[in-house]
Amino acid sequence: MNKIQSTINYQPSTTNQVVNMHNLNHFFGEGKLKKQILFDINLTLNSGEVIILKGPSGSGKTTLLTLMGGLRSAQSGSLRVFGEELVGAKKNKLVQTRKNIGYIFQSHNLLASLTARQNVQMSLELHHGIKATEIEQRAIALLEAVGLSDHINYHPHSLSGGQKQRVAIARALASHPKMVLADEPTAALDSKSGRDVVELMQQLAREQGCTILIVTHDNRILDVADRIVELEDGKITLDTKQ
Amino acid sequence: MKIPLSWLQLSHEKARLLIALAGIGFADMLMFIQLGFQAALFDSSVTFHKALTGDIFLMSPQSDALGFTKTFSERRLYQSLAVEEVESVVPIYLNFGSWKNPIKRNTRTILTIAFNPAQNPVNFPGIQQNIDQIKLPDVVLFDDSSRAEFGPIPDLLAQNKVVKAEVDSRKVTVGGIFTMGASFAADGNILTSDTNFLRLFPERQKGLIDMGIINLKPGANLESVKATLEAKLPKDVEIFDRAEFIQNEISYWQNATAIGFIFTLGTAIGFVVGIVIVYQILYTDVANHLPEYATLKAMGYKDSYFVVLVFQEAIILAVLGFLPGYLIATGLYSLAAGATALPLAMTANRAITVLILTVIMCCVSGTVAVRKLSAADPADIF
Repeated sequence: MNKIQSTINYQPSTTNQVVNMHNLNHFFGEGKLKKQILFDINLTLNSGEVIILKGPSGSGKTTLLTLMGGLRSAQSGSLRVFGEELVGAKKNKLVQTRKNIGYIFQSHNLLASLTARQNVQMSLELHHGIKATEIEQRAIALLEAVGLSDHINYHPHSLSGGQKQRVAIARALASHPKMVLADEPTAALDSKSGRDVVELMQQLAREQGCTILIVTHDNRILDVADRIVELEDGKITLDTKQ
Repeated sequence: MKIPLSWLQLSHEKARLLIALAGIGFADMLMFIQLGFQAALFDSSVTFHKALTGDIFLMSPQSDALGFTKTFSERRLYQSLAVEEVESVVPIYLNFGSWKNPIKRNTRTILTIAFNPAQNPVNFPGIQQNIDQIKLPDVVLFDDSSRAEFGPIPDLLAQNKVVKAEVDSRKVTVGGIFTMGASFAADGNILTSDTNFLRLFPERQKGLIDMGIINLKPGANLESVKATLEAKLPKDVEIFDRAEFIQNEISYWQNATAIGFIFTLGTAIGFVVGIVIVYQILYTDVANHLPEYATLKAMGYKDSYFVVLVFQEAIILAVLGFLPGYLIATGLYSLAAGATALPLAMTANRAITVLILTVIMCCVSGTVAVRKLSAADPADIF
């Protein structure tokens, strides 16, 4: 691995780099309809950072997020997540990468037929070698941490929007991911619960030392970020770190 | 233990689950009814054959089935007596007659079975006690499992009344009962002596019989005797051993008539109906859960997890849907058996057959529904 890296001039391999993009381009469509969405993206996310990625609709934020999360195959340039090259990677490698990432979606996407605790357990069950009793205890502990100790055995339909999003956070953080990707986590919430949810994410991620990338339009939550990256027409136009 | 997602998802929507189970139960019931009637047809058509004692059976090659036999000369039977291993022979006469119900006076076709009462070759319940009755002129034994339209003969006899009826306009006395059962060929049966038979049906010639039974001496080799007879007897008789004799009758109903085909088709229709119902259920289930599945995929669940999930749901549906189908079919069997006097009952074999068919049915539907899973693209849920 190091040998390969040393032949590539841009790559200073340090352990605290979670994501490293170099000249990443991405296209949608084929032939005449082919349209470039991302242009030569160079971005490095460090361990423990809270990054907000903002930009107008259609600027490519979500595409960038799905590429980093291994949900979409990266096409050209270089995209390293946890040191693994995802450009041209096989599906199996993408699935492995996903296991180390926690996702929080605009809508909670909880499984309707499962209770809050079972929803969190679904994330833990992916990781082999955890005992059943421990899985249950960890799920309960996380739900307590997000302030839902009274709602552990509730189904999503009997929880409020903010509560559902808290379960989603507990689910995303249950397996101690190295990175959390959140897409408009506050969009469906009122300002108070939106604020609470983001602060909760920030606090839990700090405790676990994981990187958080939040894609948002919501200007009210910008202050939780260590760093703000702005994307416009598929190009990075602002990075407060640089 | 892992979270049983397949069961939780199915049981989460109780109304839909109940409709699914009703649908599968209905498909199972259809298959049970078709297979049940088919088996009843074959069973009832060979009740007589199975009750015959004997080792080798003769029939005219032009004969189709019981009740649709062509006659042949009983000389063939006596010729076979020349073979050393043959112990005895029994000629059997069969004919449809017109039975007049002694109470309601309506007529109905009844199968008449006749042989020399001194050599009784049939083994039905009630025969032993009553066989001497048919030695009397114009006395018959009545099958108490005949359909009700022939009259309440067993009841009348139980009240010690003298029961007189008519067969082909000739007065007969019912001397007793035996138990055989209706078949698809005949709704009712009577049994009498060969002498009485020729009195009832004067158009029938003595010596021209419908079936011949050959009993072998103890220790005789059936195969070699059969081969000897086949070489010895002219080709105007067909020679069967016991199994062939029964199979010949079943094959007739299975192949030469549309009945076997119809029931097989009926079973197939039940099967297809089941596939469509289960497919609808599974497809809707997958379609409704696509965002959830996409989320699980994003979390790192492999495609194979969802394939297993769909097949688990298919098998749960198969087993749960089978139970109401089984119970309803059992009830319908006893209803239909009462109404038709056919030997219709649930057997373990058929239950297992239908259960296996149900599982196959659900897995076929699952295989089709699984294709919808590829629509769960985790990149789409953002």
